Amino acid sequence: MSEVRPLLEVRGLSMAFGGLRALHDLDLEVSCGEIVALIGPNGAGKTTFFNCLTGVYAPSAGDILLNRPDGKALRLNGLLPNQITKHGLARTFQNIRLFSEMTVLENVMIGCHCRHRAGILGAILRGPATRAEEAAIIDKSYTILQHLRIAQYANDVAKSLPYGVQRTLEIARALATEPVLLLLDEPAAGLNPTETSELDALILQIRERYRLAILLIEHDMKLVMSLSDRIYVVDYGERIAQGTPAEIRNNPAVIKAYLGEDDA
Amino acid sequence: MWAELKKGAAVAVWFMFLTLPIMVVKVNPIEQTVVWRWANLVWLGAAVFVLTVVGRYCSRHRTELSAFWPDAHPLLAHPQLKRFLLIVLALLATLFPLFFSSYQINIMTTALMYAVLGLGLNIVVGLAGLLDLGYVAFYAVGAYSYALLNYHFGLGFWAALPIGGLLAAIFGVLLGFPVLRLRGDYLAIVTLGFGEIIRLILENWNDFSFGPSGIAGIPRPGLFGLTLSVDDAIMYIYYLVLLLGLITIFVVNRLRDSRIGRAWIALREDEIACQAMGIDKTKTKLTAFALGASWAGMVGVLFAAKTTFVNPASFTFLESAIILSIVVLGGMGSTVGVVIGALVFILLPEYLRAFADYRMLLFGAIMVGVMVFRPQGIIGNPRRRSYPLPMAAADQEVGHE
Repeated sequence: MSEVRPLLEVRGLSMAFGGLRALHDLDLEVSCGEIVALIGPNGAGKTTFFNCLTGVYAPSAGDILLNRPDGKALRLNGLLPNQITKHGLARTFQNIRLFSEMTVLENVMIGCHCRHRAGILGAILRGPATRAEEAAIIDKSYTILQHLRIAQYANDVAKSLPYGVQRTLEIARALATEPVLLLLDEPAAGLNPTETSELDALILQIRERYRLAILLIEHDMKLVMSLSDRIYVVDYGERIAQGTPAEIRNNPAVIKAYLGEDDA
Repeated sequence: MWAELKKGAAVAVWFMFLTLPIMVVKVNPIEQTVVWRWANLVWLGAAVFVLTVVGRYCSRHRTELSAFWPDAHPLLAHPQLKRFLLIVLALLATLFPLFFSSYQINIMTTALMYAVLGLGLNIVVGLAGLLDLGYVAFYAVGAYSYALLNYHFGLGFWAALPIGGLLAAIFGVLLGFPVLRLRGDYLAIVTLGFGEIIRLILENWNDFSFGPSGIAGIPRPGLFGLTLSVDDAIMYIYYLVLLLGLITIFVVNRLRDSRIGRAWIALREDEIACQAMGIDKTKTKLTAFALGASWAGMVGVLFAAKTTFVNPASFTFLESAIILSIVVLGGMGSTVGVVIGALVFILLPEYLRAFADYRMLLFGAIMVGVMVFRPQGIIGNPRRRSYPLPMAAADQEVGHE
């Protein structure tokens, strides 16, 4: 096929909780190496969309198709969250969900879990293969921490970290799963302007270094506008606009959704 | 300070008033007289006053007081001291049966058995964070598998030991499946029910398990066909349990520090994040249940061999509660803590026999005290594992960006 299929194709995705229609007929595409933002007012269904993508919810209708860069194509609907992570989608959480009693390094090591296979017997006998694997996990995790510039915290307990570092650690942990698409759920929530601009640079670096696509939900418009290649706007579970940052900024439907009907 | 004394006095007066009818008034129905025992009242008032003042002082200075408690890690951080302590401990444990009576050896054996049970349950509760109130079921499975296999097929102890462990692990998975979706209180209730189901089956299915009368005449473990006297057999079982305990500590520590152990802890910390990191929740939970249960199964076989008799009365909910208390009292997730917890929990009531009637009261008070002042258990915060960090070349690369 000559046509290059996008990395992630979402077609007609709907999600209903009983009578409540959280998402309705949503389409979305993310190509390799792209940074795409998903924005919308509070309660628009953005996090629900993420939860459908990552298998926390099983969508009521529609298709989620992943065309991995290595040529493998699969449908993600109805898979378990851990299977989806294994296929290359990794996420962070809006309300930070670190393993708070574990150290920073261990948090990232957990992310490596699905790429390794040491079993019970390996753990008990601790043969050369297991030891080599464990060393590789530590190495890889530490390298990721270095890339994100939080390596100095490696042996600290996650819950003792400053808020901004916790946010970064969430990203580090997601990167450890070796994703092809990184889903960031409000990565800048609660960060101050300096931290936000650092995050901006960091996200661009991550894209370069790990050669992945990024889909993010964010309320900080400055960040969204500067980072994104394309933006999707949802409101009441429906897509109301899509386009480049410049297009979205001037889209009347978007302005209406954010600021209300009154166009005085 | 004055306010504390006043508070203490108030509590004492209130207690004296409340207990007046039982402590002071005594009706003698035969002579139809009422005896007023005012001395009791004074003693009670004084005791309550002192306890209140001391108790309030302690709980106000809780942090300072618990600072006196050396946590295992700073104490054992010194590798030479640690090795020395371990050697002394090993010597003591090995020589113990040569110097003490059969009674002493017996209670030590029991304590060690509970230590293994605690370590097994620690996998499920302490590491994976799955509150299991029916752990005794797996203990029962182990004990009955030896008893029944021996009764029907004449299977010996050494053949029954792995079978008991395996059967218990299978039952662990059987219990694991229906409770995969449950957490916390709900999980606790279902496991409680599971424990009772196993006990009730053993109690009522006469054709299978011989009901409440149990199975007697289970042979003690064999030693290359030698016949041992009762005293020797007790000593032999002590060493067997000690060996099993050492193996358990070794295996459980290795599991905890492995990829699987990390997954268990992550599961305990946050189930949703854990799954999002690509960890198979089902598999992780089931391995925790199975591996935890297998220790109970093996201890069960040992128990049957030690007492030479099993009946359902040995496997009540109280046993589960004791094992769980050992884990909580010792410090969830800590191997050393659980072993100490088991020794304290089993040996203390035995040595408190000197206090006769007040034995259990004192025991309860000690437990309450530990939990008030050491809510994290005797050895708290066991997980401070720091890894030697690879000082990769990338360090400089990032530093100069």
